[in-house]
Amino acid sequence: MITMKDVSFHYENKDVLKNINFEIPRGAFMGLVGPNGGGKTTLIKLILGLLKPDKGDIFLFGEPIHKFKAWNKIGFVSQKSNSFNKGFPATVYEVVSMGLTAKIGYFKFPTKRHKQKVLHAIDQVGMKEYTYENIGNLSGGQQQRVFIARSLVSEPELLILDEPTVGVDYENVQRFYELLHDLNTKKNITLLLVTHDTGTMTEYATDIVCLNQTLHFHGDPEAYCSLSETELSKFYGHPVNLVTHEH
Amino acid sequence: MLADIIQFDFLRNTFLTGIIVGIIAPLLGTFIIVRRLSLIADALSHVTLAGIAFGLLLEKKYMVTLSPLYSGMAFSVMGSIFIEKLRRVYQAYQELAIPIILSGGVGLSVIFISLADGFNTDLFNYLFGSVSAVSKNDFLMITGISIVIMIVITLFYKELFSLSFDEEHATVSGIHAKWIHLLFIVLTALVIAVSIRIVGVLLVSALMTLPVAASMRIAKGFKQMIGFSIAFGEIAVIIGLISGYYFSIPPGGTIVMVAIIILLLSISVKRITFRTQRKRDRK
Ligand SMILES: Nc1ncnc2c1ncn2[C@@H]1O[C@H](COP(=O)(O)OP(=O)(O)OP(=O)(O)O)[C@@H](O)[C@H]1O
Ligand SMILES: [Mg+2]
Repeated sequence: MITMKDVSFHYENKDVLKNINFEIPRGAFMGLVGPNGGGKTTLIKLILGLLKPDKGDIFLFGEPIHKFKAWNKIGFVSQKSNSFNKGFPATVYEVVSMGLTAKIGYFKFPTKRHKQKVLHAIDQVGMKEYTYENIGNLSGGQQQRVFIARSLVSEPELLILDEPTVGVDYENVQRFYELLHDLNTKKNITLLLVTHDTGTMTEYATDIVCLNQTLHFHGDPEAYCSLSETELSKFYGHPVNLVTHEH
Repeated sequence: MLADIIQFDFLRNTFLTGIIVGIIAPLLGTFIIVRRLSLIADALSHVTLAGIAFGLLLEKKYMVTLSPLYSGMAFSVMGSIFIEKLRRVYQAYQELAIPIILSGGVGLSVIFISLADGFNTDLFNYLFGSVSAVSKNDFLMITGISIVIMIVITLFYKELFSLSFDEEHATVSGIHAKWIHLLFIVLTALVIAVSIRIVGVLLVSALMTLPVAASMRIAKGFKQMIGFSIAFGEIAVIIGLISGYYFSIPPGGTIVMVAIIILLLSISVKRITFRTQRKRDRK
């Protein structure tokens, strides 16, 4: 679905990504991990066309990125979602309906069918009883779910989430992963998830990519978990303890 | 007052213009407030003043009689485009555009005013509004522009709303952020230019922000906030115009004072409902 060929990128005075080659196959649940500053958010911005690579090519759904038009096939929950203006007087319904703005298109108004889609997306993330509450009055974890509903409402084929579980309590993280797992297996949505919470993620993901300037690892969760600590600390540039949850 | 409105053309023009302005100023104001751009209205109103001073100068020195409202509008729109450009240059310090434009507007105004060897009551009317200044032509032009503004906002409501809430998300989903921003700022400039006849340069930003500040306290959701803002704006304009007329005070002053009273009421209403709710919860 997404292919990166030899992509490099630098900010004004800093190389961030070097010769990245990778592919997200349709139907994958890909976990993207790496240290702070490793370039995960930058990689996502490149995929979303918010940044342009210095060299290399990016293909979305088989098309070169500069020709790609079907942006509504891609849903996105940003790392910054949670730093929105808390005083913004929008209800959960209104926030989720923004996910349809571009899909409906200019000079057109939302129809009844669009309204049902919005209500359905809210229901999907378990926020039905808060539909007409102001988003600013919800807890961080609830807000995060609303943002996921906003990206689901346009029925994307690919959902990109950048650290969506920051500030969400353990129990809700579990429920959140179950939701993602459902979306992945039942709705056949391809997922790209950035997270530092490798413990829970490895239980659900089908592919794991480890990024620190270059790709250090690409494989399935078993292979990732069987990496020795010395190998991992090489990726991270400092010693790490891999946290796994016993069940 | 009612009899006077029916009897005197100028009063009727003013009153009807006031009702229109009471809708569009708070309507645009809601978007301005949630985008934290309240001061842009102030900056643009001072640029409009420069345009009006320029128009009055032409009228006085060169006998060009084009309504200063037109030159005010032209300046305001140019100023708004310039603000958008500056905001792009100073991405990380977008608010810098405001003092630059504001001081530029005041500077130009001073130059034009002194070139014309000072103005009299006309300028005073533009500063604080007037109940007798709206001519038939002004009224028609303001109505026309306001209708266009309302149609454009209705058409682009969902884009404006999405962009105000989360620019990055809107851009990623394929909305043309740059053009919608430009459209929005030009609309703001137009609203300011047409509102100035009623509330004046110095108080136009108050009519755009105070009703919104009041409705923000009690509204649930964005659409409701727009509704309350317009209702409060309308109340302020109507009471303000009537009392301004009776006490011979420029309506800008009375309108803003009514808006402030509404704001204070909405704050205390919220307090009281909050307290009674707590009492009920305790029982
Ligand atoms: N707008 C920017 N301008 C300049 N440098 C930047 C910018 N954004 C990020 N960087 C730099 O690029 C590097 C990669 O940043 P990026 O945000 O992609 O990391 P990340 O892997 O998402 O980290 P985190 O886990 O903290 O979210 C960092 O060293 C950062 O300092
Ligand atoms: Mg990041």
